Amino acid sequence: MSASDRPAVAEEQVRYARVLEWGARIGLAVAVVAFVLYVAGILPGQVPRDHLPALWSLPLADYLRQSAAPVGWQWIRLAARGDFASLVGIAILATASIPCLVAVIPVYARRGERVYVAVCVLAIAVLLLAASGVLVVGH
Amino acid sequence: MAWWVWPAALFVVCFALGIVAVPAGVGGGVLFVPIVGGFFPFHLDFVRGAGLLVALASALAAGPNLLRNGLADLRLALPLALLASASSIGGALVGLALPSSVVQTALGITILAIVALMASAKKSEFPDVPKQDRLSAALAIHGVFHDVARGEDVRWRVRRTPLGLVLFTGIGVLAGMFGLGAGWANVPVLNLVMGAPLKVSAGTSSFILSLVDSSAAWVYLNQGAVLAIIAVPSVAGMMLGARIGARLLTVLKASVVRRLVLALLLVAGLRALLKGLGLWT
Repeated sequence: MSASDRPAVAEEQVRYARVLEWGARIGLAVAVVAFVLYVAGILPGQVPRDHLPALWSLPLADYLRQSAAPVGWQWIRLAARGDFASLVGIAILATASIPCLVAVIPVYARRGERVYVAVCVLAIAVLLLAASGVLVVGH
Repeated sequence: MAWWVWPAALFVVCFALGIVAVPAGVGGGVLFVPIVGGFFPFHLDFVRGAGLLVALASALAAGPNLLRNGLADLRLALPLALLASASSIGGALVGLALPSSVVQTALGITILAIVALMASAKKSEFPDVPKQDRLSAALAIHGVFHDVARGEDVRWRVRRTPLGLVLFTGIGVLAGMFGLGAGWANVPVLNLVMGAPLKVSAGTSSFILSLVDSSAAWVYLNQGAVLAIIAVPSVAGMMLGARIGARLLTVLKASVVRRLVLALLLVAGLRALLKGLGLWT
């Protein structure tokens, strides 16, 4: 069977795949490059590398107290630091699905598939809620 | 010991885990959390955050091809992923709020249950679904994929969608709480409960993880539970190893690798359980 004879993949799947591919590539590249700069000592970290072994075995609450690391979106202010620059790449990976969902909504809307439009909107809302930092636990 | 020794060891171990994960048919996250949590000096809070990112990065890397090949189906995935994604936030919040010993013990029990599930669960390559349920019919959840091994198109549809939605809500909680990824649970539910073909189940499961783990990863990120020094070598090692594993797929005997992985998980699960109970610290 030639490729042209194979069952057509839905338009929204192709669109989703294209956007996801770029999001994943960019996120991974940023995380790895920033990490290499951090471990090479080119981008100094908020937490000095030598202090890490004393901190990474602590429970989260103790780690946050001793390292003075920020919670919520405050880490973005430290994005020029090597350890937090890597988190920018990780944040891009964790956000990569949102533009994909946005990209397929017009396809479902054009076909009048209101349920799938609603599912995509709700999925975006869930991801934004998770990313917002509004939901917190006490340490 | 120099600061870089453990991250370098982590990269090497994750590279090895990535190699065996593909032939064993498991996601990296389910191997990563119990093994790294049990045998590395990192606190479980950070290991779970990194575990989610390992599973997320693998799912994001595989997603585009799975969607283009029709092995991941958006119509099947989106409703299930929506519920699992929302519940994974709850799981992540609960997991970070509970005492470490409780999470460690629960992780050990979960891993041992996964070993039992993986050792005993049957698979059905092409389940017979004589009739769609009403919900999946209303959502038009059905499709066709080209099975290269058989050289033909396979039409599929699903059943028991409401039960699938309930089960995926529970799976989301476990994924968020333990940072495990959840392919070990997604595939049996899609394949055995809902009746999707095995290849569509595996592909759609991987795609669902890209949404579920994104939500939970954000919770860990915002709580400060993601350390670059743990997360980045893990993701890089696992992804490089998975590339090698995919190439060795035709060389390695999958059943032998699978037994090796089950043995690894058994030891890691026992270690987590005994560590949580304070019997092997």
